[in-house]
Amino acid sequence: MKAVSRSTCRAFLEAEIRLPGDIRRAISAARDAETDTIARGELQNILANIDRAEDMKLPICQDTGVPVVYITLPPEIPLDQGLYDAVAEGVRQATAAVPMRPNVVTPLGRENSRDNTGAGMPAVHVRPGPRFTITVLPKGAGAENMSRIAMLLPSQKDRIARFVVETMLIAGGKPCPPVVLGVGIGSTFDGVAALAKEALLEPVDTMSGFERELCDAVNELGIGPMGLGGKTTCLAVKVKTAGCHTASLPVAVNVQCWACRRATVEVVL
Amino acid sequence: MVELSGIVYTARDEAHLRMMDEGIPFDPEGAAIFHCGPVVVDERIVAAGPTTSARMNDLSGFLLDAGVRALVGKGGMGAGVVGQLKGRGVYLALTGGCAALAASRMTLRGVYFEDLGMAEATWIIGFDRVPLVVGIDSHGRDLYAEVDTHAKEQFKRRFTL
Repeated sequence: MKAVSRSTCRAFLEAEIRLPGDIRRAISAARDAETDTIARGELQNILANIDRAEDMKLPICQDTGVPVVYITLPPEIPLDQGLYDAVAEGVRQATAAVPMRPNVVTPLGRENSRDNTGAGMPAVHVRPGPRFTITVLPKGAGAENMSRIAMLLPSQKDRIARFVVETMLIAGGKPCPPVVLGVGIGSTFDGVAALAKEALLEPVDTMSGFERELCDAVNELGIGPMGLGGKTTCLAVKVKTAGCHTASLPVAVNVQCWACRRATVEVVL
Repeated sequence: MVELSGIVYTARDEAHLRMMDEGIPFDPEGAAIFHCGPVVVDERIVAAGPTTSARMNDLSGFLLDAGVRALVGKGGMGAGVVGQLKGRGVYLALTGGCAALAASRMTLRGVYFEDLGMAEATWIIGFDRVPLVVGIDSHGRDLYAEVDTHAKEQFKRRFTL
């Protein structure tokens, strides 16, 4: 389990400091396409910041987020409390090592745990898989707070695009555009939100026709980098679907800021 | 686009509430408030990008009344604040998330309200030519509102019921 803690810590270190290549490429392309001076300047700042963070081994953003962890477990590794405890220990180590800002508080009393753990934190999701991997998605609050969910009627399939675009219309510049939108369609009330967040793990280099349509529609709003106007409001939309009740059409949008931080480490025992 | 140099005071939700209750610990006349919860290690600023200013929409009036002249943050602020800034202050936008870049232009000078925790304390920070965009000026012009109006028109165009 020490290996699990170490791997978790390494994953957060990587995620907080080095932005994934596909995201950096998308931001770079957005900067190249931008003609407005202010919008271009904002994207230049973002790219300069990404470079500086990587060079100086500093966190990309001061909101180092709350710890969200996805684990793939091969059949020979038991799923027990020890696994969850080891991941939490890894989060504590990362809080000191990166360093990560202590962001986790009790929801009502607002007491800070000072080490980014707490009831239900880190948020850990486990699936079976051929290899033992730990993927982290440190999630800040700015964009997360703009996320939305709706229980549409099955007859309202044509409202899905409107719901997604409206989410960004309401958010404006608050989630630090250009954003990545994770969209969930189907499942249950809680499941669709999980799908929307999982969609943020998908690489943004390619989009399906439907994803592209949604992305273009959001960009038409012209909100631009930091809500100061411009061509690129959305870097990409990624959609995940799952089976749902014949009488339901759940839809969720998990907003992700430009600092789409993710990293995967394989646990070597 | 402007550059700001000098002393600023960080304040997020908790610090605003504390100052409303117990008074402002620094001289607010001509001061600048920075909406930020930095990462501070060994008395050094490691990361210091802005937080979402809109959360402080209803908490800023008393500071402006006390003489604060600039609010530095991201994402803009409500119509109420735009009105409160008229004739006496500006809202300056720092590129969101650019914590490493921002930190390279900042030095830590002190702190108030350390008991509120790292994110919520009022840190005293020296700015050295920090590049900012005037998002809301002192004449009632709000860049965010202009972008929002245009976005609403675009939305209606595509999604009329």
